[in-house]
Amino acid sequence: MSVRLTTLTAALTALAGFALQVSASEAKAPTLDDAAGRYDIDGSSQINFKVGQVGGGGISGKFTKFSGTFQLDRGDISKSVVEFALFPETVQTGEPRIENFLRSTAVFDTASYPKIVFRSTKITRTGENTAEIEGNLTAKGTTRTEHFEATLTEWNRRVIGFRIQGGVYRTRYNMSVGIPIYSNVVQFDMMVNGEKH
Amino acid sequence: MLRNGPDAFGWVTILLHWTIAILIAGLLVLGYVMTRPDIDPVLQFDLFQWHKSFGFTALGLAAIRAVWWLAGRHPASVAGLSTPERHASFAVHILLLCLTLAVPVTGWALASASTLDIPSFYFNLVVIPHLPLAKSAVAEALWTTAHAVLAYGLAGLVLLHAGAALHHHFIRHDAVLVRMLRNRWRDG
Ligand code: HEM
Ligand code: HEM
Repeated sequence: MSVRLTTLTAALTALAGFALQVSASEAKAPTLDDAAGRYDIDGSSQINFKVGQVGGGGISGKFTKFSGTFQLDRGDISKSVVEFALFPETVQTGEPRIENFLRSTAVFDTASYPKIVFRSTKITRTGENTAEIEGNLTAKGTTRTEHFEATLTEWNRRVIGFRIQGGVYRTRYNMSVGIPIYSNVVQFDMMVNGEKH
Repeated sequence: MLRNGPDAFGWVTILLHWTIAILIAGLLVLGYVMTRPDIDPVLQFDLFQWHKSFGFTALGLAAIRAVWWLAGRHPASVAGLSTPERHASFAVHILLLCLTLAVPVTGWALASASTLDIPSFYFNLVVIPHLPLAKSAVAEALWTTAHAVLAYGLAGLVLLHAGAALHHHFIRHDAVLVRMLRNRWRDG
């Protein structure tokens, strides 16, 4: 779905709680009340990650099972909340031995910690259609504060989409195996789509 | 004396022999331990990397030793060895020389052909490139089998070789072992 800049701007403006000058025709243009609300993250989202390796290349993969919500505040973007959970068991890299290694106690330990959870604590607008999301990431029994950059990519009455990027140091979560052959930083590049509740 | 003499091994031969021997013995044990199925995955990953780094060290030293062996002279056999004994020991030494090269090369090949594509980061200092082999599960399995068979073959040969050396020393009381331990053995 193509997105026009005006739509992006309008969406962000709405999210930020600014007055939106839309035409009276409710049926056509989105209104502030449309943007605010609760969105369920849907299966069309792509939770991609990459871990670089020495000499170039690295391990790229994705998680296929996840869930979450965006709760966009009507008046104040900083009061919005993002909640997200993924099941590391569903990691895919194209090489089954790497997937099993990631599921093992060496990395995710999915048998003991089946879920990785993120809950935002602070959302700060950083640009016309960008925001920084700060929140608590819990993985393998450890909770740390992480930051992600979100860019609004899609918005209409029913659907909202963000590209969310950020690096996570895996040493913080007791997943240090393979450093320095494999980078400490797991680079996330996610397309997260929400459907209005 | 660095070089081999007419009836003695020089320090280079002696040092290379024992350094390589210790490395190979360690690599055989390490290779066996790290491939046990019930090993902790983090420990296994780390041991694999140590194995590769020490394995490359063994390969480098074995290559130097092979050149040294080809270029230098070989001391005459210890007196008292029969002709079949001389031939057998010569054959075993040639085989040992070849296997100390072939075993690490097949290890390098299996790491290169592996679909895991794990870089060989020599002691976390420098990346040793993969051999130009197509990556596939079949090729990896083949090289892994070759590596294991040759490695355990080498282990068997080393036992035979070391057994013979000990036999010479403790049963036959000749100079065979001693002249590989120290440089000057005059009255052998
Ligand atoms: C003289 C040097 C070496 C010796 C004596 C040696 C010995 C061994 C042994 C005994 C095993 C266990 C085989 C089994 O039980 O399946 C093994 C496995 C292995 N070696 Fe070596 N190795 C040497 C050099 C290398 C080198 C240079 C590399 C790579 C650069 C290497 C990579 C591996 C790998 C990856 C395995 C595990 C194979 C598997 O997946 O089962 N080795 N080695
Ligand atoms: C991984 C282990 C070993 C390898 C690969 C190995 C390899 C070799 C090779 C290639 C030679 C011939 C050297 C030359 O002619 O320049 C040699 C000689 C010799 N090795 Fe080893 N060796 C190993 C372990 C041992 C051990 C454990 C002993 C003693 C217990 C031993 C005792 C000797 C002796 C005494 C000689 C001299 C034989 C002679 O006078 O011709 N080696 N070894």
